[in-house]
Amino acid sequence: MKFDTVIIGGGLAGLIGGIRLSQEGQRCVIVSSGQSALHFLSGSFDLLNTLPDGTAVTEPFSALRKLIQMEPDHPYAKLGTTRCEELARQAELFFKQIGIPLKGTSQKNHYRVTPMGALKRTWLTVADFITSEDSKKLPWKEITILNPIGFLDFYPQFIAAEFKKLGTHCTIHSFNLPDLDILRRNPTGMRATHIARILDKQENVKELARIIKEQSGRSDTVILPASIGLSSSDMLRYLEEETGKSICLVPTLPPSIAGIRMQQYLCNYFKQLGGVYMMGDNVTGADMEENRIRRVYSCNHGNIPFEADNYILATGSYFSRGLVAGREKIDEPVFNLDVSYLKDRNEWYTGNIFEPQAYQQFGVTTTLGFEAIRKGRTVENLYVAGVILEGFNPVKEGTGGGVSILTALHIADKIVKEGGR
Amino acid sequence: MNTHTVSTNFEQCIKCTVCTVYCPVVAVNPDYPGPKQAGPDGERFRLKKANFYDEALKYCINCKRCEVACPSNVRIGDIIQLARIKYSKKKPSLRDFILSHTDLVGTMATPFAPVINRFLGMKPVKKVLDQALQIDHRRNFPAYSFQTFESWYKKQAPTQKEYDSQVSFFHGCYANYNNPQLGKDLVKVMNACGVGVQLLSKEKCCGVALISNGFMEQAKKQAKVNMASIRESVIEKKMPVITTSSTCTFTIRDEYDHLLGMDTADVRDQVELATRYLYRLFREKSPVLKFSNKKIKVAYHTPCHMEKLGWAYYSVELLRMIPNIELKMLNSQCCGIAGTYGFKKENYRTSQDIGSGLFTQIEDADIDYVVTDCETCKWQIEMSTSKMCEHPISIVAKALE
Repeated sequence: MKFDTVIIGGGLAGLIGGIRLSQEGQRCVIVSSGQSALHFLSGSFDLLNTLPDGTAVTEPFSALRKLIQMEPDHPYAKLGTTRCEELARQAELFFKQIGIPLKGTSQKNHYRVTPMGALKRTWLTVADFITSEDSKKLPWKEITILNPIGFLDFYPQFIAAEFKKLGTHCTIHSFNLPDLDILRRNPTGMRATHIARILDKQENVKELARIIKEQSGRSDTVILPASIGLSSSDMLRYLEEETGKSICLVPTLPPSIAGIRMQQYLCNYFKQLGGVYMMGDNVTGADMEENRIRRVYSCNHGNIPFEADNYILATGSYFSRGLVAGREKIDEPVFNLDVSYLKDRNEWYTGNIFEPQAYQQFGVTTTLGFEAIRKGRTVENLYVAGVILEGFNPVKEGTGGGVSILTALHIADKIVKEGGR
Repeated sequence: MNTHTVSTNFEQCIKCTVCTVYCPVVAVNPDYPGPKQAGPDGERFRLKKANFYDEALKYCINCKRCEVACPSNVRIGDIIQLARIKYSKKKPSLRDFILSHTDLVGTMATPFAPVINRFLGMKPVKKVLDQALQIDHRRNFPAYSFQTFESWYKKQAPTQKEYDSQVSFFHGCYANYNNPQLGKDLVKVMNACGVGVQLLSKEKCCGVALISNGFMEQAKKQAKVNMASIRESVIEKKMPVITTSSTCTFTIRDEYDHLLGMDTADVRDQVELATRYLYRLFREKSPVLKFSNKKIKVAYHTPCHMEKLGWAYYSVELLRMIPNIELKMLNSQCCGIAGTYGFKKENYRTSQDIGSGLFTQIEDADIDYVVTDCETCKWQIEMSTSKMCEHPISIVAKALE
């Protein structure tokens, strides 16, 4: 199978790289071994929230220089401050152009709300989600929180308690719909996705509008758990028009409806541009000539390999097995690329789960141009994007989304400019 | 995720619930606990004590979409099927016997096809089958053919020998008893590419329906016959085996190994769908096919086992070779029939609910045909929508001049 670029990994980085290259007229295939970590999306993408020394970041751009000094192997360090800023702006435009409405800007972090009601700094948030520009207060005085009875992955009491500290009063109401009773027949039935399938039905949206009108009293903002709008968020606009209230979502525990919608939207967008998405397949090996990959083989396609000018590895971190931790070492299982990690296993993690963990910083070593390195030698046509990269801690820094998006866009630009070499 | 080369076990599940998001049954039937609960979670308990087995596992349609979605290598579908085989106390009924023994029923039906087809289409007969056997009266039976593909082929055998290049064709029950035209189309297309078609020395139903209805011994018996014939073709005669049914292909390549415990590694790579064989042929030898310029509008439906194989690409690329074809991809989602599952009265509603999204998408599409590689998807789509459904090989055969 001949393509211009083969992308291994179908999550955020792989999809953005694939879309960007397809927009430039490239024929791309994405090979993905199962669904991605987007299914756990908080509803937001972070660019840079905290420096490694714990300093809070309000303006990501002005903190970049410090970050690069502290973490010289950071993907942002490889990009450099100017390029990071360029790419962040390009990313905001990219989402807008492909039709994904997001709130926020790289000039200044805003605040998202966690499922527990805490406010956290972030870069871009899915438009329907609740956000605040201020960490000390919310833009509302009076909010009504509605939750389907028996939905256990959403915590209105915690949210109300947190919001009270910010001077916002919440009234909590539970509601029921006859269709939800069907879900309750199964003890594991009340999950965000299952509930969304019910709430998304036209007749239930109408009923929900009636419930909102009845229960929301004098508050002009109503919070719903993000368990609605699996295929589109159109019904939220309908609810707002119908009730005259502003409707905001707060994320639930996984699976993430916003993430699933994002994954499917990006995937469909990629396919509409002519991209081929191979789900549930593993790349098993490659033929190399000199320092270039000639073709890669997969489980499903056996003796029919994928051939391309360029390859992007965006297989993610431990969750999606982009990195595999053994007893003594960390492996990159697809190409056996060089991985940077601490040799002494005892230093991989600390006992306190809330402390930064060293293993989160391990990843694939690359050149400054994100070319992969294998046994000390550069693989010229294999680029590495996303959270599989070395030198950063996505959790503590709040850089996971930013690194995925920025490196994917950067590599795509590079491939286009260099014309496949 | 394809798991053939990696060791997989229930303990690799990290409880991420992604499988449950993509289970077509869970989305419409809350009585099914879902792939995570029925598969890796339940397995933990079942290993402790067999009476943790839940008969609700029968609602699994073995579509394997959970495995395709799983980011952690867990063979969720296999775990569920193996648990059913091992622990289920439910004895298969007479209905299950009739639905799953496709060879036997096909052999008996084809000599009387015109009578049988009319008989099975009659409302009172459907009512009786519904009441007596629990085969849903709203379901249409696939028509039987008066002449089997095998008997048609006998007359073609001499001309097929004349080609330098040869393949064996595993036609499956459907092409043999119900739609010999598909087999004839396959022969036409292969011949146009300069390839002669042989039959296997002995072919039995692949056994997929036997496995899903709990007739394991019979399934193994038939699998052994098929594997012997496949080995004879591949190893002795150096002829690869091609197929037209995605489910037969998947069953032989993966389920024989995973569910029946048969080692197929020596010939597995040589059993493939005809569309994949042709894809490779066109890239290696570029035979020239003469197509008519007739306009045709189609939409491709990806059957579940095709999604699991990952091979829809080959069928679609083959279709794209037809000049003046307008091809649309339908969302990859289950049509709901799942072989014999949808014929059972207790599953009829679930079956139609699973497929409803697909049916709407098909009805909304401006197309001449739906195209798919699975025969049971074809029955379901033709019964549940106003569109006709054809195999990609038949579409290509029609387009040849």
